[in-house]
Amino acid sequence: MAEDTTPVVGAPVSAPQIGVDEWVSRSAERILGRGGLLGHAERQWLRLPGTIRFLGLFGLAALIPVATSDDYLIRIGTVTLVFALLALGLNVSVGFAGLLDLGYIAYYGFGAYGYAMLASSKFGVHWQAWAAIPVVVGAAILLGFFLALPSRRLVGDYMAIVTLFFGQIFYILVTQGYRISLLGLNKDIGLRSANWDVTGGPNGIANVDGFRALGVTALTDHAYFYITLIAVALVFAGLHFANRSRTGRAWRALHDDPLAAQVMSMRVNWLKMLAIGVGAGIGALAGTINAALLQGAFPDDYNTMVLITIYAVVILGGAGSLPGAILGAIVVIVGLEALRPGTEFSDWTSNGRGLFYVTILIILLTTLRPLKRLAAVLGGLVAFGVLMHVIIGAAWSRGVHGGILNSAGTFSGGGSIGWAIRHWLVLPADTYQVGGYTVYNYLVVLLIALILCLTLVHGVWRDLLLIPTIWLGALVYEARLIEEGSGATRFLLLGVGLIVIMARRPQGLLGKPRVEIV
Amino acid sequence: MHALQLLGYFQSYQLTWSYLLDQLVAGLTLGSLYGLMAIGYSMVYGVLKLLNFAHGEVFMIGAYIGYFVLVALGGAAAPVVPVALLIILMLAAAMIGAGVLGVAIERFAYRPLRKARAPRIAPLISALGVSFCLQQLASIFFGTAYKQYNPFGLSGGTLTTPWHLGSLEVSWMQVIVILTTAFFMLVLWQLVTRTQIGRAMRAASFDLEAASMMGIDVDKVVVFTFFVGSALGGAGGVMNGLYLSNVFPLVGFNVGLIAFTAAVVGGIGSIPGAMVGGIAIGLLQSFAIGYWSSAYQDVIVFCVLILVLLIRPTGILGVPAPQKV
Repeated sequence: MAEDTTPVVGAPVSAPQIGVDEWVSRSAERILGRGGLLGHAERQWLRLPGTIRFLGLFGLAALIPVATSDDYLIRIGTVTLVFALLALGLNVSVGFAGLLDLGYIAYYGFGAYGYAMLASSKFGVHWQAWAAIPVVVGAAILLGFFLALPSRRLVGDYMAIVTLFFGQIFYILVTQGYRISLLGLNKDIGLRSANWDVTGGPNGIANVDGFRALGVTALTDHAYFYITLIAVALVFAGLHFANRSRTGRAWRALHDDPLAAQVMSMRVNWLKMLAIGVGAGIGALAGTINAALLQGAFPDDYNTMVLITIYAVVILGGAGSLPGAILGAIVVIVGLEALRPGTEFSDWTSNGRGLFYVTILIILLTTLRPLKRLAAVLGGLVAFGVLMHVIIGAAWSRGVHGGILNSAGTFSGGGSIGWAIRHWLVLPADTYQVGGYTVYNYLVVLLIALILCLTLVHGVWRDLLLIPTIWLGALVYEARLIEEGSGATRFLLLGVGLIVIMARRPQGLLGKPRVEIV
Repeated sequence: MHALQLLGYFQSYQLTWSYLLDQLVAGLTLGSLYGLMAIGYSMVYGVLKLLNFAHGEVFMIGAYIGYFVLVALGGAAAPVVPVALLIILMLAAAMIGAGVLGVAIERFAYRPLRKARAPRIAPLISALGVSFCLQQLASIFFGTAYKQYNPFGLSGGTLTTPWHLGSLEVSWMQVIVILTTAFFMLVLWQLVTRTQIGRAMRAASFDLEAASMMGIDVDKVVVFTFFVGSALGGAGGVMNGLYLSNVFPLVGFNVGLIAFTAAVVGGIGSIPGAMVGGIAIGLLQSFAIGYWSSAYQDVIVFCVLILVLLIRPTGILGVPAPQKV
């Protein structure tokens, strides 16, 4: 491979490079893992049989609707599970077989639209779930086989671009599919014969039935949560065994070296088609659930942005790792929801805020070791904030005690925590929304710059830089995110998060680094 | 009467030569823009084997820089400098800004992954992250509304009014776009074939590891590649603004997808290939709009491209990579 194998010049290397002799010789250390209580708990957990771990986690997830009666939270849980399902499906082609399938969104959309056409008043067809889902999923698998045909000839990035076209073509067909004419696809010019409406165009298909079987229709959020959870559990278990089967091993071989796999008399083309077909089936299953959940199929739920989100989930969790797909979905979807302005999740008596600060604290607790270092950073954070508060408060006429609640000019609220935040941060009386107050735009840029600089420095400098970065992050959150109308800053931070996580852990959160012995 | 016209497929004006030539000129202009941008994808891919999905956003930022230079110099209706100088200044500012941005993206998003020997898919996600970031930054700072370049106002509208060459209609703007692209291509070609750094780049793109063993500073080559590719992308952004008259935060995404396609079709990694691919796609798109349907133009383009790739899996000018075992 002509990929980069440049010797690292000048860049400080904290850990040995994967595959070099030193890395091999330190393998025992890594297996022993981290010390302390957390490391002990981790080892005990990993020692449990897989079945118990699996049942334990899914049992715990099943208790969520029992623990809370908040429909909004359950809805977020369901969306997270749908994305987990999607990520599991994409994992088959991307993670297992190593095929960069950028047309995956087409299968998701195909499932949704397929179900919407079979169970809505659009065409007056109202199939029950037990009939509609297998038909749609089966058709999606066939579609996957068909669209996988080019992969017999194309490799690598060429395959990726062709599948990307498939996704784009699907989106265009769906948005334009409300005026299909007899002679040619709707011509702008010339003959206009009768136009048929198949997909509803930009408006999509509304009033889709909920899942219906044995005379019962699933309508509540609880029902969909459990349906999706069961689907995720079944797919998870199925893929777990598939991964350990002969086919799974063949996929891994294909992933590592298609040529060698072929030499070992594996049916490479069939394996590729199978991987994409299985992924397509799972994607379509997620699509049917999504259509029933939203009671409709709308084109913008199946565009490139969603594809990117699914990829983010898979890569973040670690391509090829099944628990990683679920963890990635939780991180991405819950993270995006927590940063969403003006939703119940954020207003939920400031639990969105709680989530924000607790997340930062957890990240600090798990990554900063030893304890002395953690204490130094936390102490520094408090001192830095108070210092900034005093300095800027003395120099700035607008005042630095504002914010905390949604109405501008509020100087109170939030109880003791609110008091602490007000005296730690620098919040002017009228925050973000007041009269084009663009200083926060520059603060966002400064925050991004600081975060990016964090990836460059090491050791004590990183700890020092961490303090203003976190403080500024909290300031941006309080002053800008909470009151922002559009989702711009939210996606901005998601983007920065992706860059930083990739720079820190290129193999994803739960993925295993590929070992190359050099 | 033509048979197709009787069937109702075409209007009579669509079957004239001048209409065909109009589509040809429009396609060439569009194709030059795509080609200019495709070079950025192709150069980076050639050296690093990396799909730089953030290139579309570099294009977008370039277009915004050009717009702000235009506004700072008095706007299209009453510029304080001559029009030729105005366009050159816009191009220069956009190219420098976009080039620096490209280098920064490489430094922060790609180099850490390169050093860590990340799997090939990881930089792809970083690139998507960069893409997200720049799009949202643009919408925060510049707003989501379209910014108008208003090229119709430039020197009293003489640049956009078509003049007739026999039955052919050409506007100055189209000539400017095509000639500027040709100029950049020429300069780039000299740069790549005649200079030391160009030779280093070709060596690195042939085999990065071997190049570094021959004493070539690969990091420098990569920075150079990103700078030049991004600068051309920025120039493409300005010309896109001048030709299509507006810029908005998502402009890079749409154009980027097409330009990326152009790079692949021409044979990714090949600089002449990117240009050929760009022009091929520009023509294809222009004829698809002119003779069939603007709603399905991208479907038509994509279908043709899939066919091209199936017949020539490494693109028109791409060289099949030998598989070493």
